[in-house]
Amino acid sequence: MIRGPYVRPVGRYSWWLSQPRYIRYMLREVSAAFIGAYILMLIVGLLRLSQGPAAYESYLTAVLSSAGVAFGLITFVFAVYHSLTWFRVTPKAMPLRMRGKAVPPAIIVGAHWLGWAVASLLILLWVAV
Amino acid sequence: MRETIHQLEVLRYDPETDTAPHFQTYAVTCQEDWVVLDAINYVKENLDRTLSYRWSCHMAVCGSCGMVVNGEPVLSCHAFVRDYPEKIRVEPLANFPIERDLVVAIDDFVEKLTSVKPYIISAEERPVESGENLQSPEQLAVFKQYADCINCLLCYSACPQYALNDSFIGPAALALAHRYNLDSRDEGRSARADVVASNPGIWECSFVGACSEVCPKDVDPAAAIQQTKIASTVDYFMRFLMPWRKQ
Repeated sequence: MIRGPYVRPVGRYSWWLSQPRYIRYMLREVSAAFIGAYILMLIVGLLRLSQGPAAYESYLTAVLSSAGVAFGLITFVFAVYHSLTWFRVTPKAMPLRMRGKAVPPAIIVGAHWLGWAVASLLILLWVAV
Repeated sequence: MRETIHQLEVLRYDPETDTAPHFQTYAVTCQEDWVVLDAINYVKENLDRTLSYRWSCHMAVCGSCGMVVNGEPVLSCHAFVRDYPEKIRVEPLANFPIERDLVVAIDDFVEKLTSVKPYIISAEERPVESGENLQSPEQLAVFKQYADCINCLLCYSACPQYALNDSFIGPAALALAHRYNLDSRDEGRSARADVVASNPGIWECSFVGACSEVCPKDVDPAAAIQQTKIASTVDYFMRFLMPWRKQ
């Protein structure tokens, strides 16, 4: 018998378009870039604040411009998607066992959502006070 | 019993005559309770005896009949024809070289599986006189899920990381390494770490999670790999914090 295994080519840049699950994965990964850019924007805001009221005013004008608001909204959607997908996989990365039994994944995911809600509430209260 | 006619598009490749694979279509009258493997067996027995493919148990245990059906890696004995449209496209598992028709060369996987030492390792040799190496049901439950792997390689077919990166150890082998690392009778974690905790091991995994989605046995290799990443990170920092601690 003659052996001549055939290796099928894989698109180095297009592979992720071949299946919906790969596209969802790429969206999850790219969400980090938007969140990173948003953090960069906040750091620039701090820098502008240190340069005086006029500099900060112009920064605020840029952030509140239609382009700035659009960027904020897109980042918000990606941040929610990022958190959603991350919370969903926490039972895989951090499975818990109590008294010899596996803790149901829904409880682990729920605990993360609860932690997120409590943290958000505390930050809101802290900002309000 | 209800019968339906399906167009079975099968990827064919003969290393002796072909330079590249091509599709060949067979019209197959299928019974309602047929799985894709039954349709392929019908082709082999009645239409084309040259078709090559692997199968054995016909009950999702042996892991031989993995194929890509309409773009999704499945066990062909576990995929009912009635759940597919009229056209059913059958290809060999992706990410492996095609040996002939639906048969792929799995040498790379076997080599990688061997490299993670998928067996119980004891620090000292246990003489037969010492009796059974006992384990409680609770200790078994910790790793049972990862021991259900049947090496069908659907996870490798679904993994884009393995598709792009030849050196990646891959989902099933890493899940099996995790299975032995979690076993209360095993003391081989550090012996496996060279391969498992290396770059081509767990760190090449970017957690696409496709492996777990296609796994017919709910082994969840993606979970095994993420847990190994956490354990290996803890090991790394413990080496600095508590250098006297045994690995």
